[in-house]
Amino acid sequence: MSAGASVKGAAEAARNRTFGPLYSRNAKAVISRGLLATRSTNWLVMLSGFFEPVLFLVSMGVGLGAIVGSVQGPGGGEISYAAYIAPALLAVSAMNGAVYDSTWNVFFKMNFAKLYQGMLYTSLGPLDVALGEIFLALLRGLLYALGFTAVMGVMGLITTPWALLMIPASVLIAFGFAGIGMGITSFLKTFQQMDWINFIMLPMFLFSATFYPLSVYPQAIQWLIQAMPLWHGVELLRQISVGTFTAATPIHIGYYLVMTAAGMLLTTVRLRHLFLK
Amino acid sequence: MHNEAILPSTARAGGRKTPRTVITAENLTKKYGDVAAVDAISFSVPAGESFGLLGPNGAGKSTTMKMIGGVTSRTSGSLEIMGLDPDVHGPEVRAHLGVLPQQDNLDEELRVRDNLLVYGRYFGLPMSYLKPKADELLEFAQLTDKAKSKVDALSGGMKRRLTIARSLINEPQILLLDEPTTGLDPQARHILWDRLFRLKEQGVTLILTTHYMDEAEQLCDRLIVVDKGRIMAEGSPAQLIRGHSTREVVELRFGSERNTTIAAELDGIGDRLEVLPDRVLIYAHDGESALEQVASRGLRPLTSLVRRSSLEDVFLRLTGRSLVD
Repeated sequence: MSAGASVKGAAEAARNRTFGPLYSRNAKAVISRGLLATRSTNWLVMLSGFFEPVLFLVSMGVGLGAIVGSVQGPGGGEISYAAYIAPALLAVSAMNGAVYDSTWNVFFKMNFAKLYQGMLYTSLGPLDVALGEIFLALLRGLLYALGFTAVMGVMGLITTPWALLMIPASVLIAFGFAGIGMGITSFLKTFQQMDWINFIMLPMFLFSATFYPLSVYPQAIQWLIQAMPLWHGVELLRQISVGTFTAATPIHIGYYLVMTAAGMLLTTVRLRHLFLK
Repeated sequence: MHNEAILPSTARAGGRKTPRTVITAENLTKKYGDVAAVDAISFSVPAGESFGLLGPNGAGKSTTMKMIGGVTSRTSGSLEIMGLDPDVHGPEVRAHLGVLPQQDNLDEELRVRDNLLVYGRYFGLPMSYLKPKADELLEFAQLTDKAKSKVDALSGGMKRRLTIARSLINEPQILLLDEPTTGLDPQARHILWDRLFRLKEQGVTLILTTHYMDEAEQLCDRLIVVDKGRIMAEGSPAQLIRGHSTREVVELRFGSERNTTIAAELDGIGDRLEVLPDRVLIYAHDGESALEQVASRGLRPLTSLVRRSSLEDVFLRLTGRSLVD
């Protein structure tokens, strides 16, 4: 029975691998599950997330831009208002995609679908689950970034090849938000608590120098906004969009690297606490 | 025969030495705060045995199951599954386990067959193995014609069978069944028992918790009765009945008013008397002769019934009749 022999070999091999208690190097199983689920159920929801920043860009950039005219971009050059806000909206889009995936989706899977309980009764460890889910959030962020960058190109807002680096930078922004988002979600138990996430995201979107420069605020408010993650994303992408880099650039990148590491750590610790207590 | 391949490889390989004991627990304890959910229990399960954990709600059955699966860490004591400590080697231990949780947690976003394939991927199994295996398990679970259905279109019994099929995807040597048939209709229960019995015949070690005494009598070679985290009794169903109850039980109903006052008049008949709100139970070796004694004392119950003692009598004797919440 040749089929039987290979069957036996595969199960045996899978059993004989060695794992740490947290990680079995199999996040790809979580990822392929997510892709399969997306294909069969919720791709329409994903599409709506792409249009939101595009609508903002068209209404604000084109509409409001007609009144505002051109503004001073990073490095001092004059750019159109649409070109000024487009990178900021891309950062917002990366944030939204990652946060929705890592909060609402994760909340549902954790508390209602009991998906992670099932996963953690297999060879998967909590880190596999966290990495897999976060990768899916990043993939979503990447797709949004690609689509939005294409729209920018069509609208004539891309003037330098540097701008293409906005795509990987968006993924980094998404990474930072996804890790923290999933970690925070693990603490939340009710829908009311989930609303707090929106309560934080909306002001961050409006005030993180998205639509006008930070200099309009008094110093204290500036410090507050500079402490928030989205401002670093907005500034980073804005600099990349015109190819002007300053001493602040590595700080923006560093902010997201630290945020990513902290988010992954928090998520893994929390998943372990929740499911392997 | 498709069932042959479901057999775990170690049990199938006749010449190879199989581990004598697959689960060893010594003074296994789990405390939540000051409350001991599982209080220093010890047991061991040899390979191929069907081992039951019986007990009322909150007795610590599910907690014990979770510790075996390595998804709950123990407070103290020792536990070895296939020679491994589940607290240290969680993923490796779980690679040997199949788990049927109390509540089905199928992946509702995936179709029936995909549920099996994706679950197999969680164990790191290759697709070349999983595809034939999934088809074979669908047949075993009598779900072949539902392969492409959505999970929420399945009946309760079908979902349960799919969950069992899923738990077998990695050819587990130990199957953990947490109340496998709760909420199923009698037809679905009997189909499930039949499937579980086949697995047992193939050498899979079954560990199950249940409230249903008929289920325990059907499926378990040996069982422990747990209450408040402690083991109250241990043995085969027949041994437990012999050790903790009489051979037969006479059930008498005198009407709810008279039940309580009649006890004195029945004194001395049988080995033991138990007065319940709705009936009186006489535990006796010979039920018919006990019933004759009742009649000879001039007592006329409204209804009377002589039956064999069951595991349920043992269970209620050991864990009490009062409601536990």
